[in-house]
Amino acid sequence: MKKIEAVVQPFKMEEVKEALKNIGIDGMTISEVRGHGRQKGHKEVYRGQEYNVDLLPKVKFEIVVQDSRLDEVIECVTNAARSGKIGDGKIFVYDVAEAIRIRNGDRGESAV
Amino acid sequence: MTTLVALFETAPDVNARIAALEAAVKNAQSAGDNAWMLVSAALVLLMTGPGLALFYGGLVRRKNVLSTMMHSFIMMGIITVLWAFVGYSLVFSEGVPFIGGLKYAFLHGVGSDPNPDYAATIPQGTYMIYQLMFAVITPALISGAYAERMKFSAMALFTTLWAFVVYFPMAHMVWGKGGLLNAYLGGKVPTFDFAGGTVVHITSGVSALVCALYLGKRTGYPNEAMKPHSLTCSVIGACLLWVGWFGFNAGSATAASGLATSAFINTHFAAATAALGWIAAEWLRMGKPSMLGAISGAVAGLVAITPASGFVQPMSALLIGFLAGVFCFFMVTAVKHAFGYDDTLDAFGVHGAGGTLGALLTGVFATNLINSTQINSKTVPLGLVDGHPGQILNQAIGVLIAISLAAVGTFVILKICDAIVGVRVDREAEEAGLDLTQHGEEGYFLEA
Repeated sequence: MKKIEAVVQPFKMEEVKEALKNIGIDGMTISEVRGHGRQKGHKEVYRGQEYNVDLLPKVKFEIVVQDSRLDEVIECVTNAARSGKIGDGKIFVYDVAEAIRIRNGDRGESAV
Repeated sequence: MTTLVALFETAPDVNARIAALEAAVKNAQSAGDNAWMLVSAALVLLMTGPGLALFYGGLVRRKNVLSTMMHSFIMMGIITVLWAFVGYSLVFSEGVPFIGGLKYAFLHGVGSDPNPDYAATIPQGTYMIYQLMFAVITPALISGAYAERMKFSAMALFTTLWAFVVYFPMAHMVWGKGGLLNAYLGGKVPTFDFAGGTVVHITSGVSALVCALYLGKRTGYPNEAMKPHSLTCSVIGACLLWVGWFGFNAGSATAASGLATSAFINTHFAAATAALGWIAAEWLRMGKPSMLGAISGAVAGLVAITPASGFVQPMSALLIGFLAGVFCFFMVTAVKHAFGYDDTLDAFGVHGAGGTLGALLTGVFATNLINSTQINSKTVPLGLVDGHPGQILNQAIGVLIAISLAAVGTFVILKICDAIVGVRVDREAEEAGLDLTQHGEEGYFLEA
């Protein structure tokens, strides 16, 4: 099993969600996060006081899939989240040691 | 012969009917004026809560939203009690030129009969409750300077002392019978202040600056980001201030009269051009016109037109507003940063600066074409546009008295509060936020 963590532009959230649904991925966890990679922040001015905002709002998807579906899911997220501009985000992949469905104690890939 | 007899016989009846008619006319006027003045009183209260509470509350960081709203809200409690006991009397009963007497203490004799010195057609009770709302908002305005770092206990003590030392004397001088600056009721230096430019805005604005200097900067200012936590709240608050200001200025005519209409129009016009003036200056200097700039400008215009609202022509109001918008923008961006004081929400830059500008411009644009109230039973030229340039000097004296009283009074009161309870919260409390440390609650608890 692999865990895919994808940090994407907030305005791409719906598109990514739909694309995952279309390839049959139903389970996911989404959180609003702040961060930056190479993207520079922007300047805000309040009554003449300037603030540089460098931690920008992003949305993080966490999806756990069977090994066999990894490439398919990565391609799906990449396509849906890409605008081609700096700030589109990143995808990280991790190994998952175990998955347990709390309701009935199912373990492994069948619990995903 | 028969006609004559008939005339003779109907004469007493006609007199009685005329008397009855006169009484009915008087009642009708009183009913109209009283209705407007009660609504105006409610409108002025609307400026403090929710108006100012939302405006200021949105501008602070989220950890201080409740404490900042409390600064405005609690004035409705503290000042109301002081006003009922002695405040109204100290302002409006006859005394010496600097402070009133105790004739109306505990509202003795303040009921449904009018007080012709101030408002001949409405119950004195209405006048009393209307004027109370001004006393409520004035100390709330100062809170913009000490927000995010003053102890609640010190704030409550400060407010109480400030009402006695600064507000009651200043309001008596400008509006009380025999007050030093009262142009219409025997003042030695006749100053025009229609709705409280000196009494409300200069006193609160200058006191705000003294508070900002005395308390010192917020921890981390100006290097740490201290962005307004909710400009949405601030916009709603500013719009409520704008609406409430119609009660503040047009209500100051103390009647549902043509003068009230003039003040209403001027109030609106000045707010409009001040918003435009501020964002125009901001657009040129900072590159973008901001929503915060637009509402700050509108408030600056409302402040500046306050003393002038019942004295000037609508075209003058447009100009006064525009000048106030540009001037106050300059005060809060360039001047504040040049001197480096931390006036958290720009109470001085908007109310002190805007109030002073408005008071002086009243001396320029006041005209008896708008305000025909007679002084010593004759119509006199009012401002520079009426050919009376000396009025600008009178206005300047009024401004100087307000500045001196507010500056010295506030400094002394802060010293007293500091000695008794300490004015500033400690560093840990400031970092944790005043909501939690002063009040034991939080403004936003999203999990609930």
